[in-house]
Amino acid sequence: MSASNNTANVAKAANAGSLSPNSSYLLLAIETSCDETSVAVVRDGRNVLSNIISSQIDTHRQFGGVVPEIASRKHVESITIIVEEAIREADISLENIDAVAVTQGPGLIGALLVGVVAAKSLSLALDVPLIGTHHIAGHIYANHLIGDIVYPALALVVSGGHTELVLLEQEGKFRIIGRTRDDAVGEAYDKVARALQFPYPGGPYVDKLAQEATEEVVLPRSWLEPDSYDFSFSGLKSAVLAEINRSRMKGESPDFSALARGFQNSVIDVVTVKAMKAAKEFGVKQMLLCGGVAANKGLRERLASLCGDVGLPLLIPTNKLCTDNAAMIAAAADLKWRRGEFSTLDLKAEPILSLEDWSVGS
Amino acid sequence: MEFIWEAPTEAETIAFANALAQLVGPGTVLAVDGDLGAGKTRFAQAFAAAIGVPGIVNSPTYTIIKEYVGRALPFYHMDVYRLSLAEADELGLDEYFHGEGVTLVEWASIIQQILPLERLHIRIETTGPVSRKIICSPVGQKYEEWCRQLERKQLEHVTRRNRQHESKHK
Repeated sequence: MSASNNTANVAKAANAGSLSPNSSYLLLAIETSCDETSVAVVRDGRNVLSNIISSQIDTHRQFGGVVPEIASRKHVESITIIVEEAIREADISLENIDAVAVTQGPGLIGALLVGVVAAKSLSLALDVPLIGTHHIAGHIYANHLIGDIVYPALALVVSGGHTELVLLEQEGKFRIIGRTRDDAVGEAYDKVARALQFPYPGGPYVDKLAQEATEEVVLPRSWLEPDSYDFSFSGLKSAVLAEINRSRMKGESPDFSALARGFQNSVIDVVTVKAMKAAKEFGVKQMLLCGGVAANKGLRERLASLCGDVGLPLLIPTNKLCTDNAAMIAAAADLKWRRGEFSTLDLKAEPILSLEDWSVGS
Repeated sequence: MEFIWEAPTEAETIAFANALAQLVGPGTVLAVDGDLGAGKTRFAQAFAAAIGVPGIVNSPTYTIIKEYVGRALPFYHMDVYRLSLAEADELGLDEYFHGEGVTLVEWASIIQQILPLERLHIRIETTGPVSRKIICSPVGQKYEEWCRQLERKQLEHVTRRNRQHESKHK
């Protein structure tokens, strides 16, 4: 790493800060924090020209089918192909790119590194700024790809690895007011799915079973301390297992759909009630739902109905933008682009990265 | 030699985590197994607290590895449930096992073949709604010695607990 590389980026930063608001720019974004390799080309932070996700492309046409991509070697195998595909589908050439954004963390170190190295190489080769981006900021700002965010806003982040309530007092300023103390919502779904004998990952099966259920086994709600916005779902998982055991001891077969309904209702009650309470306490003007579990039908419907009751506008990204994808990374990186806050080429992949510290201006 | 810690309550599981935490050092590998709901993550949380990891330690099932900074050592918390042996092999877990910190692997039996030669197996069995049986099986001299020390710590703990119990009921 030579000092001149860093200087080059600092110079770029100064230039970008002086760009006129009307000037259009193209951002290439890379996300490799966990299972997915994804690359997107986004114009002006909002207009998605392409958003390629490894598990969603025709793997037989592209290469020999290498999903899921937990191992970093799988990311290495697919990153170049997916960058090319993103450029091709956006109908631009690599030279048109004005900046490169990449998920810096949190995530798996080996997986993150592949994206970070690819992004640095592109930034250096094209001589354009590099923007290290926070994965959860990406999930939250996926909402900016489908609508306007009004501040203060409250984001309910529900995914495989994260369950958080994030307050955005102003654009790009993140404050975590609640988080899970054990399982993330997505993990809780997958673990209950295991208990109900669905293959991993079984969250969507539980959602479907719960929707179809005619009966409900009522399960406990974990509210924690009265003033806490934290979550805990491991007790609920134990309650499901205990119900299954109880049925089996009596020689009955457990009613899986009634259990799925009971589990889903408990989870949805707790997350939506806490989200609505926080929305009221902090006087937010908008609710943002995001993360992979935002695709859960039961959750979407309940939150929409509760927000409707109090006239609170709600944004929910499309299903593709809820899962891990690079367009959302571009949407978050745009916050930094507009402020000229760029990373240097010594950017490191950070398995633990604080969302609050990633806020703009910090 | 196998070492068994009977934990009739969650507090006793925490007491085991505290006793174990006094023995660990760089390169410690704890290979934890137990059914869904046995309390593997709960045990990991108690252990993390005992080695001075501040804040929340939550489930690593989705992210596979979560890294924390403890009082004296880094803490690497893994859950390999959703990995195949081949995938785990490609993740380069060795760097963690032989690293500066303590590694705790949930569902470790899945990756038995790639665990380091020396490690402490900890099996958590559900014996009732809150009671657990914690079975430690050492592999390697270091961990065999640990089990002997754990036995002494268990005796001290039980004596202390009984004394507290008696004084409360006097």
